[in-house]
Amino acid sequence: MAEIRLSQLAHSYSASPSKRSDYAIEQMDHVWEQGGAYALLGPSGCGKSTLLNIISGLLVPSQGEVRFDGVMVNELPPEERNIAQVFQFPVVYDTMTVYDNLAFPLRNVKTPEERVRERVEEVADILDLTDRLASKARNLSADEKQKVSMGRGLVRDDVAAILFDEPLTVIDPQLKWKLRRKLKEIHQRFAITMIYVTHDQLEASTFADKIAVMYDGRIVQFGTPRELFESPAHTFVGYFIGSPGMNFFTPCIDGDNILIDGQHLELSAEMRRSLLDARERSDNLKLGIRPEFIELAEDGTSGTLSAVVDHCQDLGTYSILTLALNQARFKVRVEEGGLALSGRVSVRFPERWLTLYVDESRVEVAS
Amino acid sequence: MNKVPNNRAWWLVLPMLALVAFSAIVPLMTVVNYSVQDVFDANTRFFTGTEWFVKMLNDPALQAALARQFAFSLTILAIQVPLGVGIALLMPKRGWRASLVLILVTLPLLIPWNVVGSIWQIFTRGDIGLMGWSLRQIGYPYNITSSPLDAWVTIVLMDVWHWTSLIALLCYSGLQAIPEAYYQAARIDRASRWAVFRYIQLPKLTNVLVIGVLLRFMHSFMIYAEPFVLTGGGPGSATTFLSQSLAIMATAQFDVGPSAAFSLIYFLIILLVCWVFYTAIMNLQKDRQGGARHD
Repeated sequence: MAEIRLSQLAHSYSASPSKRSDYAIEQMDHVWEQGGAYALLGPSGCGKSTLLNIISGLLVPSQGEVRFDGVMVNELPPEERNIAQVFQFPVVYDTMTVYDNLAFPLRNVKTPEERVRERVEEVADILDLTDRLASKARNLSADEKQKVSMGRGLVRDDVAAILFDEPLTVIDPQLKWKLRRKLKEIHQRFAITMIYVTHDQLEASTFADKIAVMYDGRIVQFGTPRELFESPAHTFVGYFIGSPGMNFFTPCIDGDNILIDGQHLELSAEMRRSLLDARERSDNLKLGIRPEFIELAEDGTSGTLSAVVDHCQDLGTYSILTLALNQARFKVRVEEGGLALSGRVSVRFPERWLTLYVDESRVEVAS
Repeated sequence: MNKVPNNRAWWLVLPMLALVAFSAIVPLMTVVNYSVQDVFDANTRFFTGTEWFVKMLNDPALQAALARQFAFSLTILAIQVPLGVGIALLMPKRGWRASLVLILVTLPLLIPWNVVGSIWQIFTRGDIGLMGWSLRQIGYPYNITSSPLDAWVTIVLMDVWHWTSLIALLCYSGLQAIPEAYYQAARIDRASRWAVFRYIQLPKLTNVLVIGVLLRFMHSFMIYAEPFVLTGGGPGSATTFLSQSLAIMATAQFDVGPSAAFSLIYFLIILLVCWVFYTAIMNLQKDRQGGARHD
């Protein structure tokens, strides 16, 4: 049980990193609190597995500190860190029985055999493996094997945190859901810090209380699933979370008039001021809005934009409309009934759901 | 998919069948033919039935050679398998060192049998051979032409030098195939070095080791050129193995009938041992799976 604090942490696989792209992980400070269920979400190659391996001690960071409950563990190998890690592909000791697999981490530290039995039976019970205890691990199915790998982390009562590195990749979809619930259950029962690496937003949001979104070696946002959805701190979060991702427009400022793709966008004075301020600092401005928050309006109502329906994708209970202003395409999610739409429609971008990004990062609108 | 049953496809197997017939079945049948006859010359021969087989099986010289042969094969397996595994574990995993070590380890395998015999013949000479000379210098009266023990140890050593690489290379490839995650999981589970070997590496090596043991058994059981060049089977018949006995009988004494019977017995022994070994190992693995299904 521990709080994991990363300070000034950075990692590069090259011996003498000189430019930003040499770093797998750019300098970061981050705290994983004791007992939290966290997800580390990001695309392949964004550095999430690197970060996980640094926490577990399989990698030594190039710079910065890893602290468990305030104790610096940088130089400690994984065996001395009291960390459990579950890998993408289930790792079981083929020739051992399930029982011996679960007992393995305990026996390695010479735990008395009655204590081993007690723990193994308890964990097997939680993971529904009791009737498989006598089987050889090699005969298990993929999901059972993955449960055994998790179990090896759970049997140890000294575990500071359990790290999951995309543990459900090789599991069938129906079982994924079951295992995820099992994990959640285990988390609630033992209050162990859990960090779950995944590139699947659904997996992340069903498992974790808080999600850290990683992009290009950085944690670009750390928040609840709702926060990630409603106010993405980085354009990448907007694009990566949600299906389809956020729509982005490049605003064009013409005096007091804000145009997107040649059409006037009605905005409050505060928003206009923020935009003008931002333009002083950077040329890279974007306005983002989620497809879910764009409203379809009656034709000709004031404060609306006029768009042409490009195509419509029916997803059963809702549809995704692709619309075009002039050139700029964007997506709108409409509940049933959107199918009938074609030709020219009016849309409204409610300002409370409009987010301003300067250099890809969100800027609070001054009020 | 539309599968059409068409038994005419069997005709396609015919060329292969003909090839195998001429390369294996026909020669083998010739041997079978000789083994049941007493041949005097091209026109005179008598049918002998199982006489040659009985005679060969009861021949004390051949029985001794067979015993030596088993002793030899088991000795070199007992040395080469653990040694090969050990070398494979020590070999570097990647980088230029891995390539270099790989080449060095492969070298002995590339040397022809006769040459290996010659190398060791010179190596062990008391006057100019490095090993022979050194051993005598430190006071050991090393002589492979008079001491059966010296001859034996030298032949075993030579075979170990020549063939341990094969086991090492097989195991090396087996070890390379183990995903990194296994080692990482073992570290996190705080497994000792021994436990990593016992529960991760060895189980993953089982299959290559079965192949390795089979190859080495068959190979060593048929060993001929190396001891022939090194000791000529001596001193006395201390290092006369089965193939040498056979060669003398068939080519020097020209006893075609007994040699043929002997060849067949020889062949059947190798076949039997390999079959028993392979079946035993496979059953062992099947038992594990079967056992799991019952519980």
